[in-house]
Amino acid sequence: MTKTSGEAGTKRAKMAGRGVKVFYGEKRALHGIDVDIYQNEVLALIGPSGCGKSTFLRTLNRMNDTIDICRVEGKITLDGQDIYDPKLDVVQLRARVGMVFQKPNPFPKSIYDNIVYGPKLHGLATRKDEFDAIVEQSLKRAGLWTEVKDRLNEPGTGLSGGQQQRLCIARAVAVSPEVILMDEPCSALDPIATAHIEELIDELRANFTIVIVTHNMQQAARVSQRTAFFHLGDLVEVGATEEIFTNPRDERTQGYITGRYG
Amino acid sequence: MSASVTVALILLLSLIGFWMGRSRAVAVSGGRIASLHSVPNYYGSFVAIWAGLPALVLVLFWLALKFPVTEALVLAGLDVDTIRAWGQQMLPPQDLAQLMERLAAGGSDLLSDNQKQLLLINIRNIAAGQSQYVNPDVLGILKPAAAHYSTLLSLANWSLFAISAVLAVGGLVYTRARISPDLRARNGVEKVVNALLIVCSLIAIFTTLGIVLSLLFESVRFFARVSPVEFLFGTHWSPQTALRADQAGSSGAFGAVPLFSGTLLIAVVAMMVAGPVGLLSAIYLSEYAPRGVRNTVKPVLEILAGIPTVVYGFFAILTVAPVIRDVGSLLGLSVSSNSALAAGVVMGVMIVPFVSSLSDDVINAVPQSLRDGSLGLGATRSETVRQVILPAALPGIVGAFLLAISRAIGETMIVVMAAGMAAKITANPLEAVTTVTVQIAALLVGDQEFDSAKTLSAFALGLVLFFATLLLNVVALRVVQKYREKYD
Repeated sequence: MTKTSGEAGTKRAKMAGRGVKVFYGEKRALHGIDVDIYQNEVLALIGPSGCGKSTFLRTLNRMNDTIDICRVEGKITLDGQDIYDPKLDVVQLRARVGMVFQKPNPFPKSIYDNIVYGPKLHGLATRKDEFDAIVEQSLKRAGLWTEVKDRLNEPGTGLSGGQQQRLCIARAVAVSPEVILMDEPCSALDPIATAHIEELIDELRANFTIVIVTHNMQQAARVSQRTAFFHLGDLVEVGATEEIFTNPRDERTQGYITGRYG
Repeated sequence: MSASVTVALILLLSLIGFWMGRSRAVAVSGGRIASLHSVPNYYGSFVAIWAGLPALVLVLFWLALKFPVTEALVLAGLDVDTIRAWGQQMLPPQDLAQLMERLAAGGSDLLSDNQKQLLLINIRNIAAGQSQYVNPDVLGILKPAAAHYSTLLSLANWSLFAISAVLAVGGLVYTRARISPDLRARNGVEKVVNALLIVCSLIAIFTTLGIVLSLLFESVRFFARVSPVEFLFGTHWSPQTALRADQAGSSGAFGAVPLFSGTLLIAVVAMMVAGPVGLLSAIYLSEYAPRGVRNTVKPVLEILAGIPTVVYGFFAILTVAPVIRDVGSLLGLSVSSNSALAAGVVMGVMIVPFVSSLSDDVINAVPQSLRDGSLGLGATRSETVRQVILPAALPGIVGAFLLAISRAIGETMIVVMAAGMAAKITANPLEAVTTVTVQIAALLVGDQEFDSAKTLSAFALGLVLFFATLLLNVVALRVVQKYREKYD
């Protein structure tokens, strides 16, 4: 396995994985992943289906905990703190590391209630005007404010697919997380909605650290600063996105990005 | 020749028809099965259906008409002298005098319907060789008529046997001759299967309709004696009607409000047990329990639904009621030994699996993506359940509750054994109350005359119960349906 995580640079690692192994029952899905995720960057995870990139993403906010047979070994840190430490509160972790899913999943509530769901849980505001401010700011950050500002009380499920996904992003942003994980956020959307979300990801980078799983290599090239290539449960290589796409060091990476397999 | 032998013969011919049709189809294909329109088994079934079905339909009609037709023939064949002699033996003086008048006038309709029935019973008993049930004097008078009756019946049996055999063989031979590679046997068979399925579903529908109509007709008879206003709004229930005019203490009051209130009280107690326990266990099973626990607990919970209600009934009266009474007396409360609380609690336990199983289904129907979304925002499991899953599943849960309530108000055995017979209006669950179902059971148990207001009131109660549960079920199903559309 190529050791590629210790990349030279002055940037601070926001999150880091060291020897991360994931098991589903007896089956090992990840074979020991070492990777750093830097502050205010977009890291793209690419690779063929079943390579473990989504599994790895879900270990970063312990969403794998909800699967009975799933077991994680190794160490993942957030600001140097081990997130699998038994003393750590998983609820707080997920407030700091938010997630946007493959399929838009707004709650069957109003747009307003979708946004304030997280802030209410975590007591981020108490007064109505504070909540109003959070809703407006989150929707603006997700580029949805102008489209929905007049119908905040309508159900979130009534929006179009692209709008729903931006609502889900706004919902994640509303909790003011430090890291946002995105699991193929555009795979259920049409090209125009996709372009919208990609622009949005670039803007969100100013305030958040983003990890995005994608099947679309052009998307990875467009939105990310660094790219990690996964293959059969191994992290084959990780580096600057430009480097990976123009001059990959591993022939498996080359094979995948040139479309020989995947 | 009895009808069962005839049916057996038809089935045998039908089976033979299957094999003949099948082999005939193979023969006409000239060894190339693929040249046939349908596979050979369809030709076999086609012949079997045409051999069997018309004859079986004939048997059904014949069974329905056999007795009415033969009896009408026997009655028509009786001469005036026989009727006069029989009347002299069997009829009370007043009826006999009327009969004599009609005989003298030479009219054709000599006997009333009741008298005809009596005469026919005599004839039937003699024909069946059970003369010990018949007045010995009548025996001699009716012997020729009985012989006539027997002859007609056996003639009918034999002719049925012969006609259905001819019909079956005819159908077999005719359809077998029609078999050619172009015969669309499969389509024909499918049509018959289709018709059969329709008939079966119609049977269920017509049975329901028949039950409703019988309830309705008997209720109309009841409401001819007791006004609907008194029945629905009266507060005094005492269905013992007087046999004699001077009898004391049997006023016959039919105010059903105490029964409705008792039913409601027990249903409320039952739902207060079944609602929380059922819903919370459904939440545990679908959201918290590890897979292994779920796979064990769910079937165990559903065993509760398989316990006969009569067992719950004696559990209520022998175990739960004494405990409640003892606890009550410790607290200084007076608890009657048949309390609404005991019946309601046990009934609640009975419908727990009902509520939990239905709620479990609707909670599981909430998409996993909503759970992930909520957990991903840092919600705990219970926050997710309360704020996302329950609101999303609420219509389905309401539907489950409504169905459970309709079970509770229709449940009979537990309340018959544990709730008591005291018809009184009270909201105190420690007292004995009675329910609609208990009263129906009590009114119809034992030998009852079916034309008294007392007995007929059971049908009126049944009608009310039927409409109440129907309404609940319809509302519940609508609610559940609406909910389904939301996710599909």
